[in-house]
Amino acid sequence: MLDSKIPSGPLQDKWTKHQLKLRLVNPSNKRKYQVIVVGTGLAGSSAAASLAELGYQVKVFCLQDSPRRAHSIAAQGGINAAKNYPNDGDSVERLFHDTVKGGDFRAREANVYRLAEVSNCIIDQCVAQGVPFAREYSGYLENRSFGGAQVSRTFYARGQTGQQLLLGAYGALMKEVARGNITLYPRSEMLDLVLVEGEAKGILIRNLLTGKLESHAADAVVLATGGYSTVFYLSTNAKACNVTAIWRAYKKGAYFANPCFTQIHPTCIPLHGDYQSKLTLMSESLRNDARVWVPQKAGDKRPPSQISENERDYFLERKYPNFGNLVPRDIASRSTKEQCDQGRGVGESGLAVYLDFSEALQRLGRDIVQDRYGNLFDMYAKIMGADPYQEPMMIYPAPHYTMGGLWVDYNLMSNVPGLFVIGEANFSDHGANRLGASALMQGLADGYFILPYTLGDYLAGCKPVDKNLTQYPIFKEAEIKETQKIQRLLAVNGKQTVDDFYKRLGKMLWDKCGMLRTEKNLKEALDEIPAIREEFWRDVKVPGSGDDLNQSLEKAGRVADYLEFAELIVKDALHRRESCGGHFRGEFQTPEGEAKRDDENFCYVAAWEFKGVGSEPFLHKEPLAFEEVKLAQRNYK
Amino acid sequence: MNKITLTLKVWRQKNAKSHGRFEVYKLTDIDTAMSFLEMLDVVNENLTREGKEPVAFDHDCREGICGMCGAVVNGQAHGPLRATTLCQLHLRHFKNNQTIVIEPWRSKGFPVVKDLVVDRSAFDKIIASGGYVSVRTGSAPDAHAVLIKKDDAEKAMDAAACIGCGACVAACPNASAMLFVGAKVSHLVLLPQGQPESEARVLNMVKTMDAQGFGNCSNEYECEAACPKEISVKNIARLNHEFRKAQIAK
Repeated sequence: MLDSKIPSGPLQDKWTKHQLKLRLVNPSNKRKYQVIVVGTGLAGSSAAASLAELGYQVKVFCLQDSPRRAHSIAAQGGINAAKNYPNDGDSVERLFHDTVKGGDFRAREANVYRLAEVSNCIIDQCVAQGVPFAREYSGYLENRSFGGAQVSRTFYARGQTGQQLLLGAYGALMKEVARGNITLYPRSEMLDLVLVEGEAKGILIRNLLTGKLESHAADAVVLATGGYSTVFYLSTNAKACNVTAIWRAYKKGAYFANPCFTQIHPTCIPLHGDYQSKLTLMSESLRNDARVWVPQKAGDKRPPSQISENERDYFLERKYPNFGNLVPRDIASRSTKEQCDQGRGVGESGLAVYLDFSEALQRLGRDIVQDRYGNLFDMYAKIMGADPYQEPMMIYPAPHYTMGGLWVDYNLMSNVPGLFVIGEANFSDHGANRLGASALMQGLADGYFILPYTLGDYLAGCKPVDKNLTQYPIFKEAEIKETQKIQRLLAVNGKQTVDDFYKRLGKMLWDKCGMLRTEKNLKEALDEIPAIREEFWRDVKVPGSGDDLNQSLEKAGRVADYLEFAELIVKDALHRRESCGGHFRGEFQTPEGEAKRDDENFCYVAAWEFKGVGSEPFLHKEPLAFEEVKLAQRNYK
Repeated sequence: MNKITLTLKVWRQKNAKSHGRFEVYKLTDIDTAMSFLEMLDVVNENLTREGKEPVAFDHDCREGICGMCGAVVNGQAHGPLRATTLCQLHLRHFKNNQTIVIEPWRSKGFPVVKDLVVDRSAFDKIIASGGYVSVRTGSAPDAHAVLIKKDDAEKAMDAAACIGCGACVAACPNASAMLFVGAKVSHLVLLPQGQPESEARVLNMVKTMDAQGFGNCSNEYECEAACPKEISVKNIARLNHEFRKAQIAK
C-alpha cells in the first residue's frame, strides 16, 4: 500500500505543522552525513547548495562539463509566484487553485498547496542572489501573464529566466564547492542505484572521460535528473536529457508514477528535415502579445500577407473567448493539431499555424516588442531564415516536459527509503498538465525550501554509513554487471547506428502515443517496441572503446533504456481509459472535443513497480482526494 | 530546398597527450536549412557506418543557451555569423564547394580532451572563487525590500547573459578570459546585492583567472566580436576599474 504521508489537518496548515514534526540533525552531527545529488539543474543545484549550507557533506554529479549547463538553463519565459504585486487578485489560494485545475485534477492537493506557499520565498531568494529580473522604471519588479491564469504572476529575466535562475543556483553551488562542503563530479553518468538492506546508500557512475566505473556511497541519494521528453527523439529538450538515472532506480524498486503524462508544448519551430536533431521552443510568453491563426479555407497556400482579416480564423480566441491565446498548453496544442488535421495548416508541410505579432507591433511599436521578446525573434530568424517582425512566425506543438516521474511521498522520498527525487524527475505537482512558468517554481521549491527539511528528517533516523561501504560486494556486483553491459553494447558490431534505432522508436512513439492516443495505436506500439529492442541488441553498431570519451556509447546506453521505458509509457497510456490534460485518448472526449476525465475510475496516481524487462509491471494506485478544489470539467471558454 | 557540397577539414586528436591532425570529409548535396551541428551529426553517422570513430564534439541544448558547443570555424570562434553560437549557425551561410576548417578552442586554459572537445573547468574554478552573492537559502528579505533602477537591472542582465562557452578566450590572441570575468564582476557589481562582497570578489576572481593560465587583455576586441551573446568590452573596463578600486581599498 502506498503511503503518501500527507499530514492531517487543514490544507493551509499542513506544511507548517509538518515542518515542526520533522526531526532535526544536530549541527555538529550534520557533517558526518554524506548526501549524493545527481543532476545540477534548478532542483539539483539548489538542493545541493542548501544541504551543504546546512553542514552536510555533499557529492554532486552531472553529465556536462560544468553544472551550469543543465537543461533548466534553456527555460525562457518565467517563474510563477503568488506575490500579487500587480494587485490583480492573486494569492497562494489562487495559484494553488490554478495549478490543480491546470493539471486537470490529477495532482496531489497538499503538494500543490505547499508549492504555492513557498513560491514567494523563491523570488526573494533569487533577487538576493542577484538574479536580474525585469523591472519597471520605478525599480519594482515587473510581471507578465502565462497560460491558464487570469492574473499576471510571472517574474522573468528577458527570455532567459531559466538561465538566470540556474546561474543563481550554480553560484550558490560553487560557493559551497569553494568552501569544501561540495565535491563536484562533472562528466559523470549515473548507471545504477545501490541499495543496502533495502535503503538507497550509493550509486555507480561512469566517468565519461576515462570510461572508468566508480562507486560512491552516501547516507541518502537525491535524484534531480530531469524529464524524459527525449524518448520521442525530437523534443525541445537538450540532447543529453535522458531517463537513465530514474529508469535504473525504477529497476531497483522505485515506483514510476504516471509515465504517460507528457506535455506537448504548442509553440515550437516546425520540423524541417529528416536530419533534424531537435525542436526549438518559442516561449509561451509570446502568447501574451501574439495571435494564433490559420486560413479559414483548407489548403489555402497564399502567403499570410495576402490573406485578409475576414479570411483568417483566430481559432483559440474563437473557441475560448475568456482565455483566448492564453489557454493552457495541452488545449492549445490539441487545437493546433485539430486545425492542421483539417487541412488548414500552413507552411510547406502543412504542419504549422501562424503566431502573429502584427497587431502587437502596431499597438506597442517595434521597440517594446523587441525589448520583451527580442532574443526569441532572433532565434527564430536564425533557424527559419525569416524575419518575424515582417511576417508571422510558424509554430507547431512538440514534446517538452514530462509530468510523470518517480513516485514520491509528501517528503519527496520515493518508496525506496533514502532515495529522494526532486524537480521534473518526480511526478508530484503538475498532474496531467503543467502550467507555464511552474517548472522553475517547482524545481527551486523542492531544492531550496522542501528537501532540506525532509531529508534531515530521514537522516535523523539513520546512523552514518560505514566509510568503507563501497568495498562491500553489493557495489562490486553492480560494477561487474554494468561493465558487462557496456562490453555487450560494444560487441554487437551490427549494421545500424544508435540514431537509426532512436529515430525509429521516437517517431513511432510520437505517432502512436503523442498528442492523440487510441487503444488501437497503443496496442500496435506495444507490439513494435519489443521488436525494435530485440533488433537493437542484435544489430546496433557502437564504434570506439569503453576506455575514453565515447559519445556513441553514452547514447547507446540511454537509448537502450528508452527501448525498455517506452513500453511503460504506452502501458500506462493504455490502462488510463480517460482523457486528462496532456493525455488525450481519442475514445474519451466531450462532444466539443475536449479531454473527458473519468473521476469515478481514474482519480488516482498510477505508480508502476518493475517486474522484469518485457514482463507486466505491477500497478499501485494512490487515490487522489480533492477536499479544497471541486472536481469539475475544466472550462477555459 | 537548397543543396550544397562542402569539404570539411576536421581536427582529430585522440586525447590530450597525442598529436592531432586534420582529416578531410566530403559532404555532397546537403540541405542548407541544416544546422552546423546537424551537419556534424551527418558526418558522424557516415563515419560510424564506415566502422570509424565519429568526431567527438560538445553540444547539448542546441538553442544557443547552454554554452556547451563551440569550435573554431575557418579561424573564427563559433563561425562566421555574429552573435551566434555554433548550434544556431545554419549552412545557408556557406557557399557551394566551400572548404570549412573546424578546430577546437585553442588556449592553454582549455586543454583539448578529444577531437573538438576541450576542458573548460578553469571557468568553474574562476566562478567558485567569487562569482556569486553569498546569501544562504532562507535569509533573503522580501524581493521589494531593495529597489533597483531599471537601467541598472538591464545593464546587469546584459552582462549576466554570458553563457560561459569560452569563445572569448578562443578568439583572443592572448587567450584572455577577461570578458568572461568582466561579465560576472559587472553583473554583480551593478546590483546592490553584489556590493558587500565586491572587493574580495574581483580580487579573487582575477587571481584565479591568472593562476589558470589565461592571458591579459591588450584591447584587440576579438572577444566581443566572437561573443554569441554580444557581451561588451565595456565589462572589461569595468573589471579593471573595480580591480583598481579594490586594490586601493585593500
